Amino acid sequence: MSSEDKLIIGGHEFNSRFILGSGKYSMKLIESAIKDAGAEIITLAVRRANTKQEENILDYIPKNVTLLPNTSGARNADEAVRISRMAKALGCGNFIKIEIMRDTKYLLPDNQETIKATEILAKEGFVVMPYMYPDLNTARDLVNAGAAAVMPLASPIGSNKGLATKEFIQILIDEIDLPIIVDAGIGKPSQACEAMEMGAAAIMANTALATAGNLTLMAQAFKQAIEAGRKAYLSGLGRVLSRGGSSSDPLTGFLRD
Amino acid sequence: MENNFLIDSKYLSKAALEKKHRLETDPSSRTDHMKYMKGMEIIKSDVCKEVISAMNSYDYDSYTAKDVLRALQHERCTVEDFKALLSPAAEPFLEKMAEKAKIETGKHFGNSVYLFTPLYIANYCENYCVYCGFNCYNHINRMKLDMQQIEHEMKVIADSGMEEILILTGESKAKSSVKYIGEACKLARKYFRLVGLEIYPVNTEDYKYLHECGADYVTVFQETYDSDKYETLHLMGHKRVWPYRFDAQERALKAGMRGVGFSALLGLSDFRKDALASALHVYYLQRNYPQAEFSLSCPRLRPIINNDKINPLDVHEKQLCQVLCAYRIFLPYVGITVSSRESETFRNGIVKIAATKISAGVSTGIGDHESKYTGKGKTDDEGDEQFEINDGRSLKKMYSDISDEGLQPVMNDYLYV
Repeated sequence: MSSEDKLIIGGHEFNSRFILGSGKYSMKLIESAIKDAGAEIITLAVRRANTKQEENILDYIPKNVTLLPNTSGARNADEAVRISRMAKALGCGNFIKIEIMRDTKYLLPDNQETIKATEILAKEGFVVMPYMYPDLNTARDLVNAGAAAVMPLASPIGSNKGLATKEFIQILIDEIDLPIIVDAGIGKPSQACEAMEMGAAAIMANTALATAGNLTLMAQAFKQAIEAGRKAYLSGLGRVLSRGGSSSDPLTGFLRD
Repeated sequence: MENNFLIDSKYLSKAALEKKHRLETDPSSRTDHMKYMKGMEIIKSDVCKEVISAMNSYDYDSYTAKDVLRALQHERCTVEDFKALLSPAAEPFLEKMAEKAKIETGKHFGNSVYLFTPLYIANYCENYCVYCGFNCYNHINRMKLDMQQIEHEMKVIADSGMEEILILTGESKAKSSVKYIGEACKLARKYFRLVGLEIYPVNTEDYKYLHECGADYVTVFQETYDSDKYETLHLMGHKRVWPYRFDAQERALKAGMRGVGFSALLGLSDFRKDALASALHVYYLQRNYPQAEFSLSCPRLRPIINNDKINPLDVHEKQLCQVLCAYRIFLPYVGITVSSRESETFRNGIVKIAATKISAGVSTGIGDHESKYTGKGKTDDEGDEQFEINDGRSLKKMYSDISDEGLQPVMNDYLYV
């Protein structure tokens, strides 16, 4: 991969396009995500970090890795804002991933509240990465609210079901100028690869790794799949195959001038 | 064989004995268990009707192996599928159910196992519930900790590394007032990341107050959803009012609590019907309160002080496991707690399949954490236990046992916002 092909979020540059999500944590998972999957950004649930136990996750994350605290547990914009400020006070830096759910069954994001929180936090200087249900109007509002990236879900969190919202994510990729990071539901490397081929800027995953039989192998597989998908995207594969086939005898070949 | 719940104490006065016997033998001497007592809030809700009509029409013997296999193949477990999984026809498929349950648990909770400990602050009780060690006719050491003693207990527990606490009392509003419990919650917030309550049901306004004091999770056991059976077991006191208890979780949610816990005491009545009703109680409330967190427990009857003959009857470990697997498959997003009533072996096994939360360093007595944690001799200043526990592992031992199983013990996953 060209060293010029960087992922840029809020002015920060990253080489890796794999982001570790926070749903299921273990120290082994964090180690493997960094070592084997090459993660440079690791999500951290503030509600889990805020602990006094021996294994505080904060202590396990190397300094060169960017922490992406999330607001999981927030049920509205106000709670998300408070958790974000708490994260900053805990020393988690400027990045914040907004997660607002008012449904504990499917954990689907609340787009309206997410827009509100994004606006407040962007004004306070946070690098805001909102998790959202892939809707173009919401995405545009998030851009206007000052988001640094847009993170649509592929399918429900933890479901490992892949790109159930594929068509809508494609619209966001096509229409939104910010990095589109596919978050939630990516269950296998092939799905991550597919999203990258479509033009996603990065992939966030957790459960797919956390529940794998062999964590190291799965982490490596994700790294390779994401890189493969990115190369395919950069090489222009998507244009030929998925945007209408091209005939060998051009339909307009008869035109003379 | 039925349990022999009725035990007389030689310490009871003649008048008390007479009243006790009358309550036990003459149903007309007991109050109407479906009628609210003065001061009990009535809320408008359809949940109870839905749960009870489903329970009453549940004929578990009508399900066959075919129904069970179909349920296991479905990606989404319907109420009908759940009924099949709870039926006797599912017993031969326990291993298959466990496999499916394990996958669901992994999807929603990964390999996390949350740890907590209960803290009993008082064991006074005004009710006569025939199976309970705290019942008002049982001769036990009664005690109510004062704030200083509560703080001491909390310190001892917090020093062991525990971050989540569940505060319990006997059901006596007179001895353990809402204000008293609220003060205990305020203290608990100094030492713990999450404060839960398992106390007598109260009105929305009182839950609101307790929420302001720092409690954020309310657990109420319905004991049995069969109100006729309930009537024969809870003979006296405010606990006798079955519908007020049923609506407790909903009142707690209305008051702003983040989460609520449920259970029947398996073995009191028909456990399959009680398991169905417990899960449907969660299912229907979730539809009205989607933002709330829910958890299910699965206590079985245990022997109590002065009555060692009480046992969980036909709910053997296999049946308990079946119930828990069915819960997990039907309600994959719900926390499942397994208490120290169960053995070490059972708890080690079930956290790999369906359970997501277990207690450690448990005492169901009053004011005895220091003697239990440090091995210091028992003092006179301790109240007797509600029931005998089975798994007495300390937090340290539990933490290392869980880790050794390849699971991740989690002390806190909670944030007050």
